[in-house]
Amino acid sequence: MKGTGNWFLWGGAMIALFAAPVGSWAKVTPDTLELNALIDLYEKVNFNHTRHIELLKDCGECHHHTTGTLAQNPHCMKCHKNSGATENVACRYCHLGQPFSAVALRQKDRSAYHNDIMGLKGAYHQACSGCHQKMGGPTGCQDCHVRSKRGEAFYSTSSFAHSQAKGEKKLQN
Amino acid sequence: MKRRDFLKGCMACGTAATLVVSNQAWGIGTFEGYPEVMGVLVDLTRCVGCRTCEAACNREQKLPAPDEPFDDKSVFKEKRRPTEKAYTVVNRYDTNSPKGPVYRKIQCNHCNEPACLSSCFVNAYTKTSEGAVIYNSKVCVGCRNCLIACPFNVPGYSYSSAFNPVVKKCIFCYDTRLKYGKPPACVEVCPQEVLTFGHRNDLLRIGRERIKEKPERYVDHIFGEKEVGGTSWLYLAGVDFDKVGFDTTMSNDPILSNVKDFLGIVPMVLTIWPALFTGFHLLATKNKDHADHDNGHSGQEVGKP
Repeated sequence: MKGTGNWFLWGGAMIALFAAPVGSWAKVTPDTLELNALIDLYEKVNFNHTRHIELLKDCGECHHHTTGTLAQNPHCMKCHKNSGATENVACRYCHLGQPFSAVALRQKDRSAYHNDIMGLKGAYHQACSGCHQKMGGPTGCQDCHVRSKRGEAFYSTSSFAHSQAKGEKKLQN
Repeated sequence: MKRRDFLKGCMACGTAATLVVSNQAWGIGTFEGYPEVMGVLVDLTRCVGCRTCEAACNREQKLPAPDEPFDDKSVFKEKRRPTEKAYTVVNRYDTNSPKGPVYRKIQCNHCNEPACLSSCFVNAYTKTSEGAVIYNSKVCVGCRNCLIACPFNVPGYSYSSAFNPVVKKCIFCYDTRLKYGKPPACVEVCPQEVLTFGHRNDLLRIGRERIKEKPERYVDHIFGEKEVGGTSWLYLAGVDFDKVGFDTTMSNDPILSNVKDFLGIVPMVLTIWPALFTGFHLLATKNKDHADHDNGHSGQEVGKP
Protein backbone atom coordinates (compact mmCIF):
# COMPACT_ATOMS: atom_id res chain seq x y z
CA MET A 1 0.00 0.00 0.00
CA LYS A 2 1.61 3.18 -1.14
CA GLY A 3 0.76 6.29 0.87
CA THR A 4 -1.95 6.62 3.46
CA GLY A 5 -4.60 8.35 1.42
CA ASN A 6 -8.03 9.02 2.68
CA TRP A 7 -8.98 6.40 5.25
CA PHE A 8 -12.66 6.81 4.59
CA LEU A 9 -12.12 6.17 0.95
CA TRP A 10 -10.02 3.11 1.72
CA GLY A 11 -12.62 1.76 4.09
CA GLY A 12 -15.30 2.21 1.49
CA ALA A 13 -13.14 0.57 -1.12
CA MET A 14 -12.45 -2.41 1.15
CA ILE A 15 -16.14 -2.89 1.85
CA ALA A 16 -16.87 -2.68 -1.85
CA LEU A 17 -14.07 -5.16 -2.57
CA PHE A 18 -15.43 -7.71 -0.14
CA ALA A 19 -19.08 -7.18 -0.88
CA ALA A 20 -19.05 -7.03 -4.64
CA PRO A 21 -17.08 -10.18 -5.53
CA VAL A 22 -18.82 -12.38 -3.00
CA GLY A 23 -22.22 -11.26 -4.22
CA SER A 24 -21.45 -11.71 -7.91
CA TRP A 25 -19.22 -14.73 -7.25
CA ALA A 26 -22.04 -16.59 -5.49
CA LYS A 27 -24.22 -15.99 -8.52
CA VAL A 28 -21.79 -17.36 -11.06
CA THR A 29 -20.34 -20.24 -9.05
CA PRO A 30 -21.65 -23.28 -10.90
CA ASP A 31 -23.09 -26.22 -8.96
CA THR A 32 -21.97 -28.75 -11.54
CA LEU A 33 -19.56 -28.50 -14.42
CA GLU A 34 -20.05 -30.51 -17.55
CA LEU A 35 -16.62 -31.65 -18.73
CA ASN A 36 -16.81 -32.90 -22.29
CA ALA A 37 -13.39 -32.20 -23.82
CA LEU A 38 -12.72 -35.95 -24.07
CA ILE A 39 -16.06 -36.69 -25.73
CA ASP A 40 -14.17 -38.49 -28.49
CA LEU A 41 -13.29 -41.34 -26.12
CA TYR A 42 -15.38 -40.89 -22.98
CA GLU A 43 -18.86 -39.87 -21.96
CA LYS A 44 -19.02 -36.40 -20.44
CA VAL A 45 -18.18 -36.02 -16.77
CA ASN A 46 -20.49 -34.11 -14.46
CA PHE A 47 -18.19 -32.51 -11.94
CA ASN A 48 -20.00 -31.74 -8.70
CA HIS A 49 -18.53 -28.35 -7.86
CA THR A 50 -20.68 -27.72 -4.78
CA ARG A 51 -19.64 -30.98 -3.15
CA HIS A 52 -15.98 -30.13 -3.68
CA ILE A 53 -16.51 -26.68 -2.17
CA GLU A 54 -18.13 -28.28 0.87
CA LEU A 55 -15.32 -30.80 1.22
CA LEU A 56 -12.39 -28.45 0.77
CA LYS A 57 -13.79 -25.08 1.92
CA ASP A 58 -10.63 -23.38 0.62
CA CYS A 59 -11.00 -22.30 -3.02
CA GLY A 60 -7.24 -21.83 -3.22
CA GLU A 61 -6.71 -25.59 -3.16
CA CYS A 62 -7.82 -25.70 -6.80
CA HIS A 63 -7.99 -22.08 -7.96
CA HIS A 64 -4.55 -20.88 -6.81
CA HIS A 65 -5.00 -17.24 -5.79
CA THR A 66 -7.59 -16.30 -8.42
CA THR A 67 -10.58 -16.29 -6.07
CA GLY A 68 -8.79 -13.94 -3.74
CA THR A 69 -7.63 -16.52 -1.22
CA LEU A 70 -4.01 -16.83 -0.22
CA ALA A 71 -1.79 -18.46 -2.82
CA GLN A 72 -0.67 -21.97 -1.80
CA ASN A 73 2.54 -22.10 -3.75
CA PRO A 74 5.39 -20.07 -2.20
CA HIS A 75 6.61 -19.32 -5.71
CA CYS A 76 3.26 -17.60 -6.49
CA MET A 77 3.14 -15.82 -3.16
CA LYS A 78 6.05 -13.65 -4.20
CA CYS A 79 3.67 -11.59 -6.32
CA HIS A 80 0.17 -12.72 -5.42
CA LYS A 81 0.16 -12.31 -1.66
CA ASN A 82 -2.33 -9.46 -1.82
CA SER A 83 -3.49 -9.56 -5.39
CA GLY A 84 -7.20 -10.18 -4.74
CA ALA A 85 -9.69 -11.99 -6.92
CA THR A 86 -9.18 -12.01 -10.66
CA GLU A 87 -11.82 -11.04 -13.17
CA ASN A 88 -12.38 -14.61 -14.27
CA VAL A 89 -11.67 -17.63 -12.08
CA ALA A 90 -12.65 -20.40 -14.52
CA CYS A 91 -9.83 -22.90 -15.15
CA ARG A 92 -10.11 -22.48 -18.91
CA TYR A 93 -9.41 -18.77 -18.59
CA CYS A 94 -5.69 -19.48 -18.10
CA HIS A 95 -5.35 -23.20 -18.90
CA LEU A 96 -5.83 -23.48 -22.65
CA GLY A 97 -7.81 -26.29 -24.22
CA GLN A 98 -5.21 -26.51 -26.99
CA PRO A 99 -1.94 -25.55 -25.26
CA PHE A 100 0.30 -26.72 -28.10
CA SER A 101 -1.48 -25.27 -31.11
CA ALA A 102 0.57 -23.06 -33.42
CA VAL A 103 -1.31 -19.99 -32.16
CA ALA A 104 -0.70 -20.88 -28.52
CA LEU A 105 3.01 -21.43 -29.16
CA ARG A 106 3.29 -18.13 -31.01
CA GLN A 107 1.63 -16.25 -28.16
CA LYS A 108 3.57 -18.08 -25.48
CA ASP A 109 4.79 -15.92 -22.66
CA ARG A 110 8.55 -16.16 -22.49
CA SER A 111 8.98 -13.80 -19.54
CA ALA A 112 10.05 -14.92 -16.09
CA TYR A 113 6.60 -15.96 -14.83
CA HIS A 114 3.53 -17.79 -16.18
CA ASN A 115 5.65 -19.32 -18.95
CA ASP A 116 4.88 -22.95 -18.16
CA ILE A 117 1.10 -22.97 -17.72
CA MET A 118 -0.39 -26.39 -18.23
CA GLY A 119 -3.16 -27.08 -20.71
CA LEU A 120 -6.68 -27.54 -19.38
CA LYS A 121 -6.65 -31.34 -19.53
CA GLY A 122 -3.25 -31.58 -17.83
CA ALA A 123 -4.22 -29.08 -15.15
CA TYR A 124 -7.45 -30.93 -14.36
CA HIS A 125 -5.79 -34.32 -14.15
CA GLN A 126 -2.81 -33.12 -12.15
CA ALA A 127 -4.96 -31.20 -9.69
CA CYS A 128 -7.80 -33.73 -9.40
CA SER A 129 -5.84 -36.97 -9.26
CA GLY A 130 -3.13 -35.40 -7.09
CA CYS A 131 -5.70 -34.35 -4.51
CA HIS A 132 -7.69 -37.58 -4.86
CA GLN A 133 -4.56 -39.53 -4.00
CA LYS A 134 -4.08 -37.48 -0.86
CA MET A 135 -7.73 -37.47 0.17
CA GLY A 136 -8.53 -41.05 -0.84
CA GLY A 137 -10.75 -40.11 -3.79
CA PRO A 138 -11.13 -42.20 -6.94
CA THR A 139 -7.98 -42.28 -9.09
CA GLY A 140 -8.61 -44.85 -11.83
CA CYS A 141 -9.35 -43.51 -15.34
CA GLN A 142 -12.77 -45.11 -15.49
CA ASP A 143 -13.70 -44.11 -11.95
CA CYS A 144 -14.50 -40.67 -13.40
CA HIS A 145 -14.69 -41.29 -17.15
CA VAL A 146 -17.11 -43.78 -18.70
CA ARG A 147 -15.58 -45.05 -21.90
CA SER A 148 -17.59 -44.70 -25.09
CA LYS A 149 -17.68 -47.18 -27.99
CA ARG A 150 -15.03 -45.15 -29.76
CA GLY A 151 -12.97 -45.24 -26.59
CA GLU A 152 -13.19 -49.03 -26.50
CA ALA A 153 -11.94 -49.13 -30.09
CA PHE A 154 -9.19 -46.62 -29.31
CA TYR A 155 -7.84 -48.73 -26.47
CA SER A 156 -8.40 -51.95 -28.45
CA THR A 157 -10.08 -53.48 -25.44
CA SER A 158 -11.22 -57.08 -25.42
CA SER A 159 -14.87 -56.10 -26.02
CA PHE A 160 -13.75 -54.19 -29.09
CA ALA A 161 -11.48 -57.00 -30.26
CA HIS A 162 -14.44 -59.41 -30.21
CA SER A 163 -16.58 -57.16 -32.37
CA GLN A 164 -13.63 -56.57 -34.67
CA ALA A 165 -12.98 -60.28 -35.09
CA LYS A 166 -16.44 -60.66 -36.61
CA GLY A 167 -15.53 -58.82 -39.77
CA GLU A 168 -14.27 -55.28 -39.24
CA LYS A 169 -10.66 -56.44 -39.18
CA LYS A 170 -10.33 -56.40 -42.92
CA LEU A 171 -11.01 -52.70 -42.99
CA GLN A 172 -7.61 -51.94 -41.48
CA ASN A 173 -5.65 -53.83 -44.12
CA MET B 1 71.19 -44.82 -48.71
CA LYS B 2 70.03 -41.67 -50.42
CA ARG B 3 67.04 -43.42 -51.87
CA ARG B 4 66.12 -44.71 -48.43
CA ASP B 5 66.21 -41.16 -47.07
CA PHE B 6 64.10 -40.02 -49.97
CA LEU B 7 61.54 -42.71 -49.25
CA LYS B 8 61.52 -41.79 -45.57
CA GLY B 9 60.90 -38.19 -46.55
CA CYS B 10 58.09 -39.25 -48.81
CA MET B 11 56.49 -41.24 -46.03
CA ALA B 12 56.81 -38.30 -43.66
CA CYS B 13 55.19 -35.99 -46.20
CA GLY B 14 52.44 -38.54 -46.80
CA THR B 15 51.70 -38.83 -43.08
CA ALA B 16 51.67 -35.07 -42.71
CA ALA B 17 49.28 -34.80 -45.67
CA THR B 18 47.06 -37.41 -44.08
CA LEU B 19 46.87 -35.44 -40.85
CA VAL B 20 46.22 -32.15 -42.64
CA VAL B 21 43.45 -33.66 -44.76
CA SER B 22 41.79 -35.38 -41.83
CA ASN B 23 42.12 -32.26 -39.71
CA GLN B 24 40.16 -30.38 -42.31
CA ALA B 25 37.59 -33.15 -42.21
CA TRP B 26 37.20 -32.66 -38.45
CA GLY B 27 36.54 -28.99 -38.98
CA ILE B 28 33.63 -29.43 -41.36
CA GLY B 29 30.24 -31.02 -40.86
CA THR B 30 29.53 -30.07 -37.25
CA PHE B 31 25.80 -29.43 -37.03
CA GLU B 32 24.30 -27.73 -34.02
CA GLY B 33 20.71 -28.32 -35.09
CA TYR B 34 18.18 -26.12 -36.83
CA PRO B 35 17.44 -22.88 -34.94
CA GLU B 36 13.64 -23.18 -34.83
CA VAL B 37 13.62 -26.91 -34.19
CA MET B 38 10.62 -28.29 -32.30
CA GLY B 39 10.77 -30.83 -29.52
CA VAL B 40 8.95 -32.52 -26.68
CA LEU B 41 9.85 -32.34 -23.01
CA VAL B 42 8.93 -35.59 -21.26
CA ASP B 43 8.42 -35.10 -17.53
CA LEU B 44 8.65 -38.58 -16.03
CA THR B 45 7.49 -37.31 -12.64
CA ARG B 46 4.03 -36.74 -14.12
CA CYS B 47 3.56 -40.05 -15.94
CA VAL B 48 1.06 -42.52 -14.44
CA GLY B 49 1.58 -45.27 -17.02
CA CYS B 50 -1.90 -45.15 -18.60
CA ARG B 51 -0.49 -46.04 -22.04
CA THR B 52 -2.90 -43.68 -23.80
CA CYS B 53 0.03 -42.33 -25.83
CA GLU B 54 0.58 -45.81 -27.22
CA ALA B 55 -3.06 -46.01 -28.27
CA ALA B 56 -2.96 -42.56 -29.88
CA CYS B 57 0.22 -43.46 -31.79
CA ASN B 58 -1.41 -46.66 -33.01
CA ARG B 59 -4.44 -44.77 -34.32
CA GLU B 60 -2.51 -41.88 -35.85
CA GLN B 61 0.04 -44.05 -37.64
CA LYS B 62 -2.57 -46.65 -38.64
CA LEU B 63 -0.59 -49.45 -37.02
CA PRO B 64 -1.95 -53.00 -36.70
CA ALA B 65 -4.09 -53.92 -33.69
CA PRO B 66 -1.97 -54.63 -30.60
CA ASP B 67 -1.60 -58.08 -29.05
CA GLU B 68 -2.82 -56.74 -25.71
CA PRO B 69 -5.34 -53.91 -25.22
CA PHE B 70 -3.81 -50.52 -24.46
CA ASP B 71 -5.32 -50.48 -20.98
CA ASP B 72 -3.67 -53.78 -20.06
CA LYS B 73 -1.06 -53.18 -17.36
CA SER B 74 0.41 -56.70 -17.60
CA VAL B 75 2.73 -55.50 -20.38
CA PHE B 76 4.81 -53.76 -17.70
CA LYS B 77 6.18 -57.12 -16.58
CA GLU B 78 8.86 -56.87 -19.19
CA LYS B 79 10.88 -54.00 -20.60
CA ARG B 80 9.68 -53.39 -24.11
CA ARG B 81 11.27 -51.48 -26.98
CA PRO B 82 9.63 -49.88 -30.02
CA THR B 83 8.75 -52.28 -32.83
CA GLU B 84 7.20 -52.20 -36.28
CA LYS B 85 3.78 -52.45 -34.61
CA ALA B 86 4.36 -49.88 -31.86
CA TYR B 87 6.44 -46.76 -32.47
CA THR B 88 6.21 -45.81 -28.82
CA VAL B 89 6.06 -47.93 -25.67
CA VAL B 90 5.83 -47.13 -21.97
CA ASN B 91 7.91 -49.14 -19.52
CA ARG B 92 7.59 -49.34 -15.75
CA TYR B 93 10.61 -49.14 -13.45
CA ASP B 94 10.14 -50.25 -9.88
CA THR B 95 12.62 -47.96 -8.21
CA ASN B 96 12.79 -47.92 -4.45
CA SER B 97 11.51 -44.38 -4.44
CA PRO B 98 8.67 -43.59 -2.02
CA LYS B 99 6.87 -41.89 -4.90
CA GLY B 100 6.16 -45.33 -6.39
CA PRO B 101 7.13 -46.78 -9.75
CA VAL B 102 8.44 -44.57 -12.54
CA TYR B 103 7.03 -44.85 -16.04
CA ARG B 104 9.07 -43.98 -19.06
CA LYS B 105 7.79 -43.42 -22.57
CA ILE B 106 10.20 -44.54 -25.27
CA GLN B 107 10.11 -43.42 -28.90
CA CYS B 108 12.57 -41.97 -31.40
CA ASN B 109 14.34 -39.08 -29.70
CA HIS B 110 14.88 -37.27 -33.01
CA CYS B 111 18.58 -36.47 -32.60
CA ASN B 112 20.01 -33.20 -33.85
CA GLU B 113 22.65 -35.22 -35.66
CA PRO B 114 21.03 -38.62 -36.18
CA ALA B 115 23.23 -41.69 -36.31
CA CYS B 116 20.60 -43.56 -38.35
CA LEU B 117 20.82 -40.85 -40.99
CA SER B 118 24.62 -41.02 -41.08
CA SER B 119 24.60 -44.78 -41.35
CA CYS B 120 22.08 -44.96 -44.18
CA PHE B 121 23.83 -45.49 -47.51
CA VAL B 122 20.71 -44.99 -49.62
CA ASN B 123 19.99 -41.65 -47.92
CA ALA B 124 16.53 -42.75 -46.82
CA TYR B 125 16.60 -40.55 -43.71
CA THR B 126 15.99 -36.80 -43.46
CA LYS B 127 16.24 -34.46 -40.49
CA THR B 128 13.55 -31.89 -41.22
CA SER B 129 13.84 -28.25 -40.16
CA GLU B 130 10.95 -28.88 -37.74
CA GLY B 131 13.11 -31.45 -35.96
CA ALA B 132 11.61 -34.73 -37.11
CA VAL B 133 13.85 -37.55 -38.30
CA ILE B 134 11.81 -39.10 -41.09
CA TYR B 135 12.60 -41.78 -43.63
CA ASN B 136 11.59 -42.75 -47.11
CA SER B 137 10.54 -46.37 -46.96
CA LYS B 138 10.48 -46.49 -50.78
CA VAL B 139 14.26 -46.27 -51.00
CA CYS B 140 14.98 -48.30 -47.85
CA VAL B 141 16.69 -51.52 -48.87
CA GLY B 142 16.31 -53.10 -45.45
CA CYS B 143 20.01 -53.25 -44.58
CA ARG B 144 19.35 -52.47 -40.89
CA ASN B 145 22.49 -50.35 -40.50
CA CYS B 146 20.33 -47.75 -38.74
CA LEU B 147 19.18 -50.33 -36.19
CA ILE B 148 22.79 -50.86 -35.24
CA ALA B 149 23.74 -47.19 -35.42
CA CYS B 150 20.93 -45.85 -33.21
CA PRO B 151 22.28 -45.20 -29.71
CA PHE B 152 18.77 -45.53 -28.24
CA ASN B 153 17.90 -48.84 -29.89
CA VAL B 154 14.81 -47.29 -31.43
CA PRO B 155 14.17 -48.28 -35.06
CA GLY B 156 12.00 -51.34 -35.51
CA TYR B 157 12.06 -53.60 -38.52
CA SER B 158 9.22 -55.23 -40.40
CA TYR B 159 10.49 -58.78 -39.95
CA SER B 160 6.94 -59.92 -40.66
CA SER B 161 7.21 -58.81 -44.28
CA ALA B 162 8.83 -61.49 -46.41
CA PHE B 163 9.29 -59.46 -49.60
CA ASN B 164 9.71 -55.84 -48.64
CA PRO B 165 11.01 -55.54 -45.09
CA VAL B 166 11.73 -51.95 -44.16
CA VAL B 167 12.61 -49.95 -41.10
CA LYS B 168 9.73 -48.59 -38.99
CA LYS B 169 9.97 -45.92 -36.35
CA CYS B 170 8.37 -42.83 -34.82
CA ILE B 171 8.40 -39.91 -37.28
CA PHE B 172 7.18 -37.23 -34.83
CA CYS B 173 3.81 -37.47 -36.70
CA TYR B 174 5.53 -35.41 -39.38
CA ASP B 175 3.25 -36.21 -42.32
CA THR B 176 -0.02 -35.67 -40.54
CA ARG B 177 0.73 -33.14 -37.82
CA LEU B 178 4.18 -31.62 -37.27
CA LYS B 179 4.34 -30.34 -40.86
CA TYR B 180 1.18 -28.35 -40.17
CA GLY B 181 2.41 -26.97 -36.86
CA LYS B 182 0.42 -29.43 -34.77
CA PRO B 183 1.82 -31.46 -31.85
CA PRO B 184 2.22 -35.22 -32.29
CA ALA B 185 -0.75 -37.43 -31.39
CA CYS B 186 0.80 -38.74 -28.17
CA VAL B 187 1.36 -35.21 -26.86
CA GLU B 188 -2.18 -34.15 -27.61
CA VAL B 189 -3.76 -37.17 -25.95
CA CYS B 190 -1.65 -37.35 -22.77
CA PRO B 191 -4.01 -36.71 -19.84
CA GLN B 192 -1.27 -35.73 -17.42
CA GLU B 193 0.59 -33.40 -19.76
CA VAL B 194 3.70 -35.46 -19.25
CA LEU B 195 4.61 -34.32 -22.74
CA THR B 196 5.17 -30.63 -23.43
CA PHE B 197 5.48 -29.68 -27.08
CA GLY B 198 7.27 -26.54 -28.20
CA HIS B 199 10.44 -25.01 -29.57
CA ARG B 200 13.42 -26.96 -28.28
CA ASN B 201 15.02 -23.82 -26.85
CA ASP B 202 11.85 -22.96 -24.93
CA LEU B 203 11.62 -26.53 -23.64
CA LEU B 204 15.17 -26.39 -22.32
CA ARG B 205 14.33 -23.17 -20.51
CA ILE B 206 11.11 -24.65 -19.11
CA GLY B 207 12.96 -27.79 -18.02
CA ARG B 208 15.64 -25.80 -16.21
CA GLU B 209 13.00 -23.72 -14.49
CA ARG B 210 11.05 -26.76 -13.31
CA ILE B 211 14.24 -28.13 -11.79
CA LYS B 212 15.04 -24.79 -10.19
CA GLU B 213 11.55 -24.33 -8.81
CA LYS B 214 11.24 -27.86 -7.39
CA PRO B 215 14.74 -29.18 -6.76
CA GLU B 216 13.32 -31.87 -4.46
CA ARG B 217 11.17 -33.22 -7.28
CA TYR B 218 13.74 -33.41 -10.08
CA VAL B 219 17.23 -34.72 -10.75
CA ASP B 220 19.32 -31.78 -11.93
CA HIS B 221 19.71 -32.93 -15.51
CA ILE B 222 17.82 -32.70 -18.78
CA PHE B 223 18.50 -35.89 -20.68
CA GLY B 224 18.86 -35.10 -24.36
CA GLU B 225 20.12 -31.56 -23.95
CA LYS B 226 23.64 -32.67 -24.77
CA GLU B 227 23.62 -36.45 -25.14
CA VAL B 228 24.84 -37.63 -28.56
CA GLY B 229 24.88 -34.03 -29.76
CA GLY B 230 21.41 -33.21 -28.42
CA THR B 231 17.97 -34.62 -29.20
CA SER B 232 14.61 -33.04 -29.96
CA TRP B 233 12.93 -35.12 -27.27
CA LEU B 234 14.11 -34.20 -23.80
CA TYR B 235 13.54 -35.93 -20.48
CA LEU B 236 13.15 -34.76 -16.89
CA ALA B 237 13.16 -37.36 -14.11
CA GLY B 238 12.68 -37.57 -10.38
CA VAL B 239 15.14 -40.45 -9.95
CA ASP B 240 18.61 -41.06 -11.35
CA PHE B 241 18.37 -41.59 -15.08
CA ASP B 242 20.28 -44.87 -15.04
CA LYS B 243 17.61 -46.35 -12.74
CA VAL B 244 14.93 -45.84 -15.39
CA GLY B 245 16.75 -47.40 -18.30
CA PHE B 246 18.71 -44.45 -19.67
CA ASP B 247 22.27 -44.98 -20.82
CA THR B 248 24.08 -42.38 -18.76
CA THR B 249 27.48 -43.35 -20.14
CA MET B 250 26.52 -41.79 -23.46
CA SER B 251 28.97 -39.30 -24.93
CA ASN B 252 27.92 -35.74 -25.69
CA ASP B 253 29.44 -36.07 -29.15
CA PRO B 254 27.18 -37.15 -31.98
CA ILE B 255 27.63 -40.78 -32.99
CA LEU B 256 28.89 -39.47 -36.32
CA SER B 257 32.00 -38.11 -34.58
CA ASN B 258 33.14 -41.68 -33.96
CA VAL B 259 33.54 -42.27 -37.68
CA LYS B 260 33.97 -38.74 -39.03
CA ASP B 261 37.76 -38.87 -38.64
CA PHE B 262 37.97 -42.17 -40.41
CA LEU B 263 35.55 -41.12 -43.14
CA GLY B 264 37.63 -37.96 -43.67
CA ILE B 265 40.59 -40.12 -44.63
CA VAL B 266 38.66 -42.22 -47.14
CA PRO B 267 38.74 -39.70 -50.03
CA MET B 268 42.42 -39.12 -49.34
CA VAL B 269 43.12 -42.84 -49.43
CA LEU B 270 41.19 -43.24 -52.65
CA THR B 271 42.74 -40.27 -54.47
CA ILE B 272 46.23 -39.68 -53.11
CA TRP B 273 47.36 -43.15 -52.14
CA PRO B 274 47.11 -44.77 -55.60
CA ALA B 275 49.19 -41.98 -57.14
CA LEU B 276 51.61 -41.91 -54.22
CA PHE B 277 52.27 -45.63 -54.16
CA THR B 278 52.38 -45.89 -57.93
CA GLY B 279 55.10 -43.25 -57.70
CA PHE B 280 56.95 -45.27 -55.04
CA HIS B 281 56.61 -48.36 -57.15
CA LEU B 282 57.99 -46.61 -60.22
CA LEU B 283 60.84 -45.12 -58.20
CA ALA B 284 61.58 -48.47 -56.62
CA THR B 285 61.59 -50.33 -59.90
CA LYS B 286 63.16 -47.64 -62.11
CA ASN B 287 66.78 -48.43 -61.22
CA LYS B 288 66.10 -52.01 -60.32
CA ASP B 289 67.74 -53.38 -63.47
CA HIS B 290 70.86 -51.24 -62.92
CA ALA B 291 71.00 -52.23 -59.30
CA ASP B 292 70.82 -55.87 -60.24
CA HIS B 293 73.64 -55.30 -62.70
CA ASP B 294 75.66 -53.41 -60.11
CA ASN B 295 75.13 -56.12 -57.56
CA GLY B 296 76.09 -58.68 -60.11
CA HIS B 297 79.39 -56.93 -60.77
CA SER B 298 80.52 -55.67 -57.41
CA GLY B 299 78.81 -57.96 -54.91
CA GLN B 300 77.79 -56.69 -51.44
CA GLU B 301 80.41 -53.94 -51.05
CA VAL B 302 78.20 -51.04 -52.16
CA GLY B 303 75.14 -52.10 -50.22
CA LYS B 304 76.43 -52.13 -46.67
CA PRO B 305 79.01 -50.07 -44.84
